[in-house]
Amino acid sequence: MSTRLASGGRLLNRGRALEFQFNGKRLMGYEGDTLASALLANDQMMVGRSFKYHRPRGVVASGAEEPNALVNLGKGGKFEPNQRTTTTELFDGLYATSQNHWPTLEFDIGAINALFARFLPAGFYYKTFMTPRPFWKHIYEPFIRQSAGLGKAPKDRDADTYEHFYFYADVVVIGGGVAGLQAALEAGKAGARVLVMEQTADWGGRAVVDGVEIAGKPADDWVKGVVQALEKMENVTLRTRCMGAGVYDHGYILGYERLTDHDPVLQGPRHRLWRIRAKQTITATGAIERPLSFAGNDLPGVLLAGAVRDYLVNWGVSVGDRTVVVTNNDDAYRTAIALVDAGLSVPAIIDARPEGAGALGAVAKAKGIRVEEGKAIAKVKGKTRVTGVALCLQAGEGAVIDEIACDCVAMSGGWSPVVHLWSHCGGKLKWDDAQAMFRPDPARAPTGADGEGFVLTAGTSSGELGTTAALADATAAGRAAAKAAGLKPKTGKAPVANDVDETPMAAVWLMPQGAGAELKMKAWLDYQNDVKVSDVQLAAREGFESVEHTKRYTTLGMATDQGKLSNINGLAILSQSLNQAIPQTGTTTFRPPYTPISMGAIGGSARDELFQPIRKTPMHGWHVENGADFEPVGHWRRPYSFPRKGEGLHDAVNREIVNTRTNVGLLDASTLGKLIVKGPDAGRFLDMLYTNMMSNLAIGKCRYGLMCTENGFLTDDGVVARIDEDTWLCHTTTGGADRIHAWMEDWLQCEWWDWKVYVANVTEQYAQVAVVGPKARQLLEKLGGMDVSKETLPFMQWADGTLGGFPVRVYRISFSGELSYEIAVAASHGRAFWDRLLKDGEEFGIMPYGTEGLHVMRAEKGFIMIGDETDGTVIPQDLGLGWAISKKKDDYLGKRAQERSHMADPERWKLVGLETLDGSVIPDGAYAVGEGHNANGQRLTQGRVTSTYYSPTLKRGIAMGLVHRGPERMGEIIEFPKVDGTSVKARIADQVFYDKAGEKQDV
Amino acid sequence: MSEPVSFLGGRVAEGAVTVRDAGLQGMITLRGDLAATKVKNVVKKVTGQAIPAQRKALVEGRRGALWMSPDELLLLVPYAEAEEAVATITKALRGVHHLAVNVSDARAYVTVEGAGAAEVMAKNAPVDFSAAAFGAGDFRRSRVGQVAAAFWKDEAGAFHVVSFRSVGDYVFDLLRVSAEAGPVGALS
Repeated sequence: MSTRLASGGRLLNRGRALEFQFNGKRLMGYEGDTLASALLANDQMMVGRSFKYHRPRGVVASGAEEPNALVNLGKGGKFEPNQRTTTTELFDGLYATSQNHWPTLEFDIGAINALFARFLPAGFYYKTFMTPRPFWKHIYEPFIRQSAGLGKAPKDRDADTYEHFYFYADVVVIGGGVAGLQAALEAGKAGARVLVMEQTADWGGRAVVDGVEIAGKPADDWVKGVVQALEKMENVTLRTRCMGAGVYDHGYILGYERLTDHDPVLQGPRHRLWRIRAKQTITATGAIERPLSFAGNDLPGVLLAGAVRDYLVNWGVSVGDRTVVVTNNDDAYRTAIALVDAGLSVPAIIDARPEGAGALGAVAKAKGIRVEEGKAIAKVKGKTRVTGVALCLQAGEGAVIDEIACDCVAMSGGWSPVVHLWSHCGGKLKWDDAQAMFRPDPARAPTGADGEGFVLTAGTSSGELGTTAALADATAAGRAAAKAAGLKPKTGKAPVANDVDETPMAAVWLMPQGAGAELKMKAWLDYQNDVKVSDVQLAAREGFESVEHTKRYTTLGMATDQGKLSNINGLAILSQSLNQAIPQTGTTTFRPPYTPISMGAIGGSARDELFQPIRKTPMHGWHVENGADFEPVGHWRRPYSFPRKGEGLHDAVNREIVNTRTNVGLLDASTLGKLIVKGPDAGRFLDMLYTNMMSNLAIGKCRYGLMCTENGFLTDDGVVARIDEDTWLCHTTTGGADRIHAWMEDWLQCEWWDWKVYVANVTEQYAQVAVVGPKARQLLEKLGGMDVSKETLPFMQWADGTLGGFPVRVYRISFSGELSYEIAVAASHGRAFWDRLLKDGEEFGIMPYGTEGLHVMRAEKGFIMIGDETDGTVIPQDLGLGWAISKKKDDYLGKRAQERSHMADPERWKLVGLETLDGSVIPDGAYAVGEGHNANGQRLTQGRVTSTYYSPTLKRGIAMGLVHRGPERMGEIIEFPKVDGTSVKARIADQVFYDKAGEKQDV
Repeated sequence: MSEPVSFLGGRVAEGAVTVRDAGLQGMITLRGDLAATKVKNVVKKVTGQAIPAQRKALVEGRRGALWMSPDELLLLVPYAEAEEAVATITKALRGVHHLAVNVSDARAYVTVEGAGAAEVMAKNAPVDFSAAAFGAGDFRRSRVGQVAAAFWKDEAGAFHVVSFRSVGDYVFDLLRVSAEAGPVGALS
């Protein structure tokens, strides 16, 4: 039985009981409990099933390293899978269910996999399920998917909110144990701006549990004193429930703060992602205890020795009345002593070392504890929980000497410093043979832009397991970090603790060392992914020599715990199997985050209406109020059409077009890019950017121009207006505004830096409204204020003036083929101007039209659209735009590229119009088939559609397309297969379907 | 002619940190040689301010000069005076290579004020907003959330945020949500 003791539990508030549910059972815990401690207090030893064999699994650790005790937490919008019970603080009403079992935790059908363990060895994905091939898709994969995965995916929208926070510090200390606090104190005293992050809710780490005395005081008191001192320093920020998640280039650190997880009633964001720039980072991340590899080491009731101590001291929980301690080091004796001191039974300490322990061994023996030296566990007895252990010689093969009844096994295979954060950005490790651990190599720290290290380690995470040594290391690290950050550290002695003499640990990678196949198949390395000693050995036998390959082949360390417990044991076994030293095998790569962080925290406030910025024109409100059907154009939302009540979208588009061509239409063209280019060299500059001449454009006139990339491909187009002697205004496409602005700056800053040209993006300064249609002039004349007649303001000219009292700039340009004025007005007047046009235009039958109407009308006129007729592989010559390419200029961007043989090849696909014989609309993106097949047996093609619409003007389908030698083949009929198996025939024609002579726009 | 309307139409989100539409503000992009005497003189004439140092803002009420880049300033003048100010600059800099253009209407302009304003900013912009690092008159051309923005801090500790007009709602709501989420307690 695991149970709550009558007293004890330094983190508990027994005055406040909390109710929670696990698999529907109502259970009680106290404030200060973790979900794991509360489950153990309620004798809930089994908490989940393993990934592959569905073996019963219980809590094994007490912190972030826990591999087994993961649950589905919460319900509905608060549901989250794979939550570690050991780092989940208990709150009233907590709701958890166990994972990876069916139908129930206690009776699970998947456990049958365990009977077939022989057939699910390392790499079983790669061998068992290879053949026959069709089986993969229909049988193997569904089966594996069914049994794979631990938690369930959330189904509801996340009910919580999240945020980011940018922070800058001289020194960031990750870890609030005694070493982290001591390092922070030193850096703080030096005047550094310090941020200390502790992942749990409490300061002090292990030292306060282990009963250490520091500077003559119990560690608890010392910690309180230091925290108080730090709180008083204005230059120090302290954060609990905040994990250092990752260390990145240039001193970038991610912190993951959990604000309301411990009490979801609290208001505000649930998680906060700290995005930190630190001059120096100190990782004081402690160490993680290693399991020992013996048969049955995964049974519920087998825990890490330090965890057993934590549950006893921090939460007053006894995992069992009788605990057998099994160890290869002195530290686990502390667990035995603490248990006996709490009135619990320790039937034996099984120490793999023939010489046993130092001072702590004497204490244990004095308390009457049976110590078995040079011994090992042959196997753990029990089915769903521990009932006893079989004792054997560590040096032997597992012949049972004795059996000891017990409810709990506390194991310790030594300690591994948490080197993850040190390693994230390239910090190197060295192997410490005496302590059998990888520890940071300070000579090879992660380096910053200056080539100097920017991460230091402090205390246990440096590999200093003694408290005095850890504090001395932390003192030095705090001072070194302050110094590296440009401050002057204080001097003085580091605090001293009451360390006892310990006997060196012994490396024990398998227990007993000569364990045979039967035992090794039950000796777990990776609990979460069900990887055993036998799997790693098999991988080695099959030739997987690289630790990274072995990891992937066996899935060792690939679960959500990323091998925090299994890593060192696994690579030790691999090294043994390969007959090489452990440092030769090396470690797998440590990648951030240290433990999984929520997707919500990564997104921060970028959700719902803030997920992505939506750009709105000055008339956006009108569009919304009048039922616009929006489409995204870049980050803009533009009205596609304005359907009326009961009107279909297609009908609305047709109505808008017909009305524009017969009366007058109104288009919100504000999104068009507007770039001012000014300077003595502006004309020369534009001559380089556009394929045609812009320097000779007369003041007051407009000219359509094309821009190409250096490779000759058409990249943007638009109308350029000459404003004055040295100023031009370039219209770009909506999507091209920012891109072309940057393109111009790029050439001016990097290539032609001595040209006197300035560019400004004034796109959003103006609301731009196209007033289009035969009655456009009548409307503007009604507004009054300036002469808009053909004589004063002819086609392709512009003029400043006023209309209806609004100061405006009017461009006589047309993208529809109709009489058209594009009118720019200051954006702050845009909505009022739009409203005025609608009001005054009523008598002329005015209607706004959307982007689809714009597209159809330009297609009727055969005008190209960037992104439709171009796709990054099309040159202006393909589109019959040779007239817009200057033959006089020595150079322009793309000129030489367009002279390359492939570009000048007459075999290229070129733009033509396409008239369907039956008047139908060719499907978007359709290809015209040619004769014969290519080398892959595919039908050859001879062209493709680039724009295709129903033309309400011509009352038939029209299209433009790129066709092989198209313009030479006028009148030919080509065929476009459709997805329904039929095909549509079209006649190659001129792409200008409407008013070829251009009479309507020039009136 | 109508009264001009700022994009945010006077929106206010009151709280411990208040986010408000600062309304119409005359703004002029001036590009040129900032060391040139004629440029210095006309900036002084139009805004009453000298050329600001790198990443600095010199602002008094609705007039000021903001450092945008080594060859660019954003000048602040009352909204109604912007066109006239551009004309003044153009006249004064005749023959001097420069660009002066009215961008008053291309902007949304938001004020973030109240204790904790710095933290609201720090939730959205990758800038050190500690009092020691970002004081009154400090200016950054950076980003807020996912969009470009420029901002500075005044003597009262309020932040003034300039963004493009089209994303005014986004910037306002981002700052509002950040203010409503409450303090972090890490910046004074």
